Amino acid sequence: MSAAVDTAPANIAATADTRDGRAPWALTAPALMLFVGVLVIPLAMTVMLSFHDWGQYKGIEPIFILKNWREIATDPYYAEMFWRTFRIALLTTLITAMFGAPEAYILNRMSGRWKSFFLLVILGPLLISVVARTLGWALLFGGNNGLVNKFLMSLGLIGSPLPFMFTETGMVIALAHVMMPFMVLSVWTALQRLDPQIENAALSLGAGSFTIIRRIVLPQIMPGVLSGAIIVFSLSASAFATPAIIGGRRLKVAATLAYDEFLNTLDWPLGAAVAVLLLVALVLIVVGSNALIERRYAEVFR
Amino acid sequence: MRTNGPLALIFHTIFVVVMLAPIVVVCLVAFTPEGYLSLPTTSFSLRWFRKIASYPEFVHAFWVSLGLGALSSLVALLFAVPAALAIARYSFRGRDAIAALFLSPLMIPHVVLGIAFLRFFTAIGMGGSFAGLLIAHVVVVFPFALRLTLAAATGMDRSIEMAAVSLGAGGWTLFRRVTLPLILPGVISGWALAFIQSFDDLTMTVFLATPGTETLPVRMFLYIQDNIDPLVTSVSASVIAITMTALILLDRFYGLDRVLAGKSDPGR
Repeated sequence: MSAAVDTAPANIAATADTRDGRAPWALTAPALMLFVGVLVIPLAMTVMLSFHDWGQYKGIEPIFILKNWREIATDPYYAEMFWRTFRIALLTTLITAMFGAPEAYILNRMSGRWKSFFLLVILGPLLISVVARTLGWALLFGGNNGLVNKFLMSLGLIGSPLPFMFTETGMVIALAHVMMPFMVLSVWTALQRLDPQIENAALSLGAGSFTIIRRIVLPQIMPGVLSGAIIVFSLSASAFATPAIIGGRRLKVAATLAYDEFLNTLDWPLGAAVAVLLLVALVLIVVGSNALIERRYAEVFR
Repeated sequence: MRTNGPLALIFHTIFVVVMLAPIVVVCLVAFTPEGYLSLPTTSFSLRWFRKIASYPEFVHAFWVSLGLGALSSLVALLFAVPAALAIARYSFRGRDAIAALFLSPLMIPHVVLGIAFLRFFTAIGMGGSFAGLLIAHVVVVFPFALRLTLAAATGMDRSIEMAAVSLGAGGWTLFRRVTLPLILPGVISGWALAFIQSFDDLTMTVFLATPGTETLPVRMFLYIQDNIDPLVTSVSASVIAITMTALILLDRFYGLDRVLAGKSDPGR
């Protein structure tokens, strides 16, 4: 995500000229005003809102109070909820990396027509409504005689139906499916920079398939896997539709809890505090891991 | 280049089947002749598609989504095209910071954006209005419109512009007759990607939509929260069909790989 922000201006620098001092400001002014007016200010208001007081009968009271933050810090319910949110996001990230990276590698080795066909099949769902995709999983999981359970039982893998709906397992599976295209795309992009001749050279020097993958391919696609992991992690940690539909009303994650506070309980200040904490945590994690990856793989990003 | 072994192909087959399974299941269940959720075994029926017509909420939500998507991506482009030209052509102080600000909606979780907009529009008395929803969508789809326009403006051959200038063209004429046609493919694909983003957004919109301004994903989500029946699968199947058509058209006219490259960052 921030890699894209960094690289875009660098490519442009060559074509940029500096004839007119005022023109760039005149051109960006409308968008700049839009962003300050309806993005920066609302976000600042949300941070402020998290410090306001709220009561069942008095509504929102605009005073400075740490009540909401203290409640989040002390009530173990919130610690458990945030822990669940990040656990689900982490598991989802691991699964997408485990299956998405090999799939991108296999795709890359296919011949032209098949390659573009399957790339379309795998990346296409990215543009299909998340609600529709999650509904598909709800249908597959559906109760004790859902298709997934029937299939697993007919294979003899499980003796009795596993619960998928309203469980973290179900959430992780559905989320991994929703996020998979991002991982495949990210690894795929990294693979495009890989010179196939290096693999052939290793092969001619007597390296086996496993050695080639471990010593040649993996180190080179690692930046792609890691930047895909950051995207998948941050999107999974803030996901709403999938946890809400698969998790039901009881199994809450950060986004669904904030939604509940806003539209059911109507405790806006508390909901705002949950959202602000999610935002801050994600920004810290994303910026931190981006910095780590860029330092580790400095030569790849140059 | 080495080819895939049988093991790799088995992995690939399972992968593709799992990726398609939920989408295929939704589309199959939509054709069930039964009154409950089931896979059609003996015959296909369109009864659940016909039933959509008798639920005005879905039909209305569809039109809201369509209008909102078309309008918000258009407005986003009106802001994004000049900004993209400025970022692509001038090196000025604060350019990187401005570019980062313009792309920041990609990094902010949509649940946070939804809350921020709900708070803001309620405070200024625009809560629950279509205008508020429109402005929110403009901000959220802006990065997608900007990115593809920026790519087109950066890759543009400027000598054509210089030729036009030397022939006496300037200002608006230069933009309308020379610059805009040259960056048009990027602008149109930016619009299309922005439209899809707006059309699909649930997380932010669910905070802002009121019964009159519910979009299709919001209506579907609220319906699923109550109960899952074949009706919502036929609505989903219709949405999937519309998206597929748009995808194929986009691929024909522009190349899906270029559009998806712009989508490679978080958008939800």
